[in-house]
Parts: sequence; C-alpha cells; structure tokens
Amino acid sequence: MPEPRSRRVLQLCFPARAAELKGVREAVREAVEGCGCSAKSSGDVVLAIDEACQNIIRHAYGGESDEVIEFEIEHRGDALVFWLVDHAPAIDPSQVRPRDLDDIRPGGLGTHFIRRVMDEVEFSNPPSGRGNLLRMVRRID
Amino acid sequence: MEHTVREERGNVVVSLKGDVDLEHSPKAREVLLGCVGGGQDVFVDLSAVSYIDSSGVASLVEAFQASKQKGTRFALVAVNAAALRVLELARLDKVFTIHESLSEGIGGGA
Repeated sequence: MPEPRSRRVLQLCFPARAAELKGVREAVREAVEGCGCSAKSSGDVVLAIDEACQNIIRHAYGGESDEVIEFEIEHRGDALVFWLVDHAPAIDPSQVRPRDLDDIRPGGLGTHFIRRVMDEVEFSNPPSGRGNLLRMVRRID
Repeated sequence: MEHTVREERGNVVVSLKGDVDLEHSPKAREVLLGCVGGGQDVFVDLSAVSYIDSSGVASLVEAFQASKQKGTRFALVAVNAAALRVLELARLDKVFTIHESLSEGIGGGA
C-alpha cells in the first residue's frame, strides 16, 4: 500500500506565552477547516491544541517563557497529524493523565480534552534529543 | 475578555464576553469569586463567550463550589453552543445549573 499523500498545512513557532494562544487558535481553525473539518470538529481540535500548548507553558516550561513552541499540522489522507515540540526538560508521559471527571474540582481538564478529541496521542523525544515531542492524530469526519 | 456585573432583583448577574482562556481566566476567576463572596445568588451569562478553555471552566467550577459552601445559588445562563460543547466534553453540563435565559433563571430556582 502506498503511503497516503501528505501535505503540511501549517507551521508555527511562537514564544511559550498565554497571549500567543489566541493567534494560534485562529490559525489552527483556518487550517483544519481548510482540510475539510466540520465547524464542530474544528472547534474540538482548536481546544485540544490550545490545551496541549497550555500544558507545555504551565508544566513543561513551568510558566510563561521566551522559549519557543514549534507546531505543525500535516494533512495525511483522511487524517490530520499534529506535532508539538518544546525545549523543556523531558517529561514523564505516565504523569500526563486525565483526571477522574467524577471528582468535581477546578483544574486538570486539559489532558482529558486532548484525549477526548484526538484519536491518537503519543509523547516521544524530538529528533534533536532535547525537549518533548507530542504527536496527535485526528481523523477528519 | 470583557465582563460586566450588575444587580437584578437581588441577584448578581455577571456577563462574560470574548475569550475566557489562559490569558484571561485569572480575571474571570477574580470577578466570579468576588461576586460569590458577596453572599448573593450569582448568574453567569455566557451568551457572548466566543471561546472557553479548561482554565476558564476551572474558574466557573471554583465559583460554583464557593457558592455551595455559602449556600447561595450559582447558575449559568444563555450558554452558547461553543461553550456548551466544552462543558459537555468535561461532563459539567450535568453538574452546573444551566438556564436558557436570565429571566428563566431568576424567575425559577437554580
């Protein structure tokens, strides 16, 4: 089977700051809608990407930072592949878990949103060997 | 994000507008907890919220829990589709009292 055709539809590099995220959300929405995602799916994807960026800012970098987040979206066949790279110390993926939703309390929902929205979520080391690489896949409905 | 706070028939009505995101949720939290701390019933109008994330939802949950401790009412009104979707993903649409309109909320019990 040949590999499905793939095309990079968005590439961003931005400082790990909360004020950057509105522009990121707008760019992600435009890109995924351009790939055929419905408005509802696009909203879900935007939320998941925003939450993943927030996790990097809050947990990987330990707060807002001038360090950067690198982000790409690839349109591959009937799926979208999202890549997020940071340059923070390596995290332990086993510690990035959604919390029990029956425990009603503020916080801890971001990872749950990511897992609900994405079909695949995988942490690994970036090719540079430093930082964290988060790869997520969402099939286009 | 912008916000307004007003009194209506002895209740506090907080209207949030725009993006309740990581950048602005600390302000939303401060406003909501301040209103709940006043001891009146609080209704939060989300009709003009264009985007809400986990940090914005956390602000609502924290204010909701503070109101429970005080024994006052805390309800969401006119939640638009985008915000409702996020509450559904968090399974909080069944936890918060949600009214279609402010008149429905203030007229009935939260």
